[in-house]
Amino acid sequence: MAVCVAVIAKENYPLYIRSTPTENELKFHYMVHTSLDVVDEKVSAMGKALVDQRELYLGLLYPTEDYKVYGYVTNSKVKFVMVVDSSNTALRDNEIRSMFRKLHNSYTDVMCNPFYNPGDRIQSSGNLGISLSCRAFDTMVTSMMIQVC
Amino acid sequence: MELCGAKRLGYFGRSQFYIALKLVAVAQSGFPLRVESINTVKDLPLPRFVASKNEQESRHAASYSSDSENQGSYSGVIPPPPGRGQVKKGSISHDTVQPRTSADPQEPASPVVSPQQSPPTSPHTWRKHNRHPSGGNSERPLAGPGPFWSPFGEAQSGSSAGDAVWSGHSPPPPQENWVSFADTPPTSTLLTMHPASVQDQTTVRTVASATTANEIRRQSSSYDDPWKITDEQRQYYVNQFKTIQPDLNGFIPGSAAKEFFTKSKLPILELSHIWELSDFDKDGALTLDEFCAAFHLVVARKNGYDLPEKLPESLMPKLIDLEDSADVGDQPGEVGYSGSPAEAPPSKSPSMPSLNQTWPELNQSSEWETFSERSSSSQTLTQFDSNIAPADPDTAIVHPVPIRMTPSKIHMQEMELKRTGSDHTNPTSPLLVKPSDLSEENKINSSVKFASANTVGQQQAGVVAHPPAVPPRPQPSQAPGPAVHRPVDADGLVTHTSTSPQQIPEQPNFADFSQFEVFAASNVNEEQDDEAEKHPEVLSVEKASDPAGSLRVAKTDSKIEEKTAASAPANVSKGTTPLAPPPKPVRRRLKSEDELRPEVDEHTQKTGVLAAVLASQPSIPRSVGKDKKAIQASIRRNKETNTVLARLNSELQQQLKDVLEERISLEVQLEQLRPFSHL
Repeated sequence: MAVCVAVIAKENYPLYIRSTPTENELKFHYMVHTSLDVVDEKVSAMGKALVDQRELYLGLLYPTEDYKVYGYVTNSKVKFVMVVDSSNTALRDNEIRSMFRKLHNSYTDVMCNPFYNPGDRIQSSGNLGISLSCRAFDTMVTSMMIQVC
Repeated sequence: MELCGAKRLGYFGRSQFYIALKLVAVAQSGFPLRVESINTVKDLPLPRFVASKNEQESRHAASYSSDSENQGSYSGVIPPPPGRGQVKKGSISHDTVQPRTSADPQEPASPVVSPQQSPPTSPHTWRKHNRHPSGGNSERPLAGPGPFWSPFGEAQSGSSAGDAVWSGHSPPPPQENWVSFADTPPTSTLLTMHPASVQDQTTVRTVASATTANEIRRQSSSYDDPWKITDEQRQYYVNQFKTIQPDLNGFIPGSAAKEFFTKSKLPILELSHIWELSDFDKDGALTLDEFCAAFHLVVARKNGYDLPEKLPESLMPKLIDLEDSADVGDQPGEVGYSGSPAEAPPSKSPSMPSLNQTWPELNQSSEWETFSERSSSSQTLTQFDSNIAPADPDTAIVHPVPIRMTPSKIHMQEMELKRTGSDHTNPTSPLLVKPSDLSEENKINSSVKFASANTVGQQQAGVVAHPPAVPPRPQPSQAPGPAVHRPVDADGLVTHTSTSPQQIPEQPNFADFSQFEVFAASNVNEEQDDEAEKHPEVLSVEKASDPAGSLRVAKTDSKIEEKTAASAPANVSKGTTPLAPPPKPVRRRLKSEDELRPEVDEHTQKTGVLAAVLASQPSIPRSVGKDKKAIQASIRRNKETNTVLARLNSELQQQLKDVLEERISLEVQLEQLRPFSHL
């Protein structure tokens, strides 16, 4: 049950960040920002650029008193950061992985749209048309926040 | 113009526009321009909007001064398209199609509103909707292909004419076809530049009158289905497709499509939406069908139609078409068989009618795959050749099937497991699955992914249905049978796992032939042969499915599906099967023969029992009611299969997770042991 999900671009600016509105969102934003350093450290520690599932999933980045932060990096250096509540019965590692996998799939769907420029924010609100895949991405993130996937 | 009532409204509303168009058509066809002419002359040819023509029209219209639309009020050559575009923009706000004829009464022969009034309104409205391609089609129903092209062409010509009229503002845009989006920029630019020129009003009027008639006509014919693509439109789209991608079976890459559709001047968000609607398989490229759908959506949007949330039925690309090898080509990679879909469907479809009618799509697809695998068995093909009866209604249903077929591999596998297990399905299937899992983890992983497909339910249902059907009759014989079967199968699994996928298909073929021999001896009925074939396939699939890898699973699944479908109806319903009794005994014999393979003795016993049971069965009279029962039975079976598959799925997923964890731990150890080479 994620409380905050963020998609960070390669240049370390957020493409998409969303948190459960109950908490002070700024705190989550700050946590995600600080986690980027940990992500970079883990990525550089990988050594050779093996491309397999495990190396995409970075695992627990760092725990705080209330939350745990997990990281996942794609082949194009787009990072997914997820903050989960520690009070939850500890989510299994596999569940976190599956959540990241779903995120990755949804993100790929957004990317597949040639009218989406990599580097644009993934926003599902538009004046006229609403990008379907962005909406699907949003929905998926919502579902992840509501229930454990 | 007066007819249009535009003066009254101050701008060209849609209805006025339509009426104007219609009157233009009337004028062009030589009929007197009267209000009544619009209604009386139904088959008005589409007004031909050409720059010169417009001039003539305007002059022509000018001759009719009374209550005819005052097209003659043009001061000069009035480019209809731009004006029309403007008018369109103004009328874009009217999403609902107003009755054209009602517009007529609305139009009193009011004096022409001061020219200055109409231009300001229309340009304003036009500018507001400037996003929509100028010169593009108005909210005309999509059913009219002509309007699309001619208006656009008119737009081009109109804009050019307008340019000429407008004191040399810019070179007239080349008169090109509508699709050449490159032209729209100049057109729109021009229009933007001269919004308030006096010519606009005349332009507006001309365009309004010109397009109204078209719109009126089109509107009446397009009410049926705005999303249906007419033949002319389709041809147009295909031609455009060819300009980008000469191979009609090929793909248009996303970047090329993006450029192309960007020329339509629709906002990027809408184009993105259209893309997501039309890229059905989410591969980032457009096939011909997808391209036509996208194009159609663009056209619709330009005409003011709102984009739907999901793709309309008529725009959906036909994913699975038995005769369409291209679609098959999409699947084979997943299915893993290099079979010949072309020969599969014809051979399969004949057998289908004789099979359970409730699963035509399953049968078709399963037969499809099965045949591809069994393409070597010419005997099978020849048997079916004479019975080629493609179920056309089924093909319509087929298209979702192929997607399901892919996941069916494991389902087929599980189905077969269940079939063998029948009553012992639950305990046996895990057993049977586990060895295969251990032995072919990778394949199972991929097949597990497939397991989540919804087709499982159907296939499984068929399979599950089969076991319940079977147990009642050959219960006593099956009890020992499955028990014997299981160890045999387990052994077979061990052995099979080592066998390559290519070997596995051979087994079914081998089995099939043996079955066929038996059948040939016992059956004369072709239908029986069909079922016989299915049985050997199913049975052989049972054997082979256990160790089946993902590749095999697809093949076997299809076979199993068929078998299940074929056998299920026959086996299941003692009173519901529409099949004749003779096939049942034959099937029983096949089944028993299959079982004979692993264990001769017990199978002979079973065969005896089965035969006895079968013989004791009363012949099942065929009736329509049976079909219904069969359908219900199949639904029940599907549901059962669904639940079983779901459970299997969860178990496999758990195994997958465990294995992944092991792998992770191993890799961690490896890294720890690896000398520090970084930093």
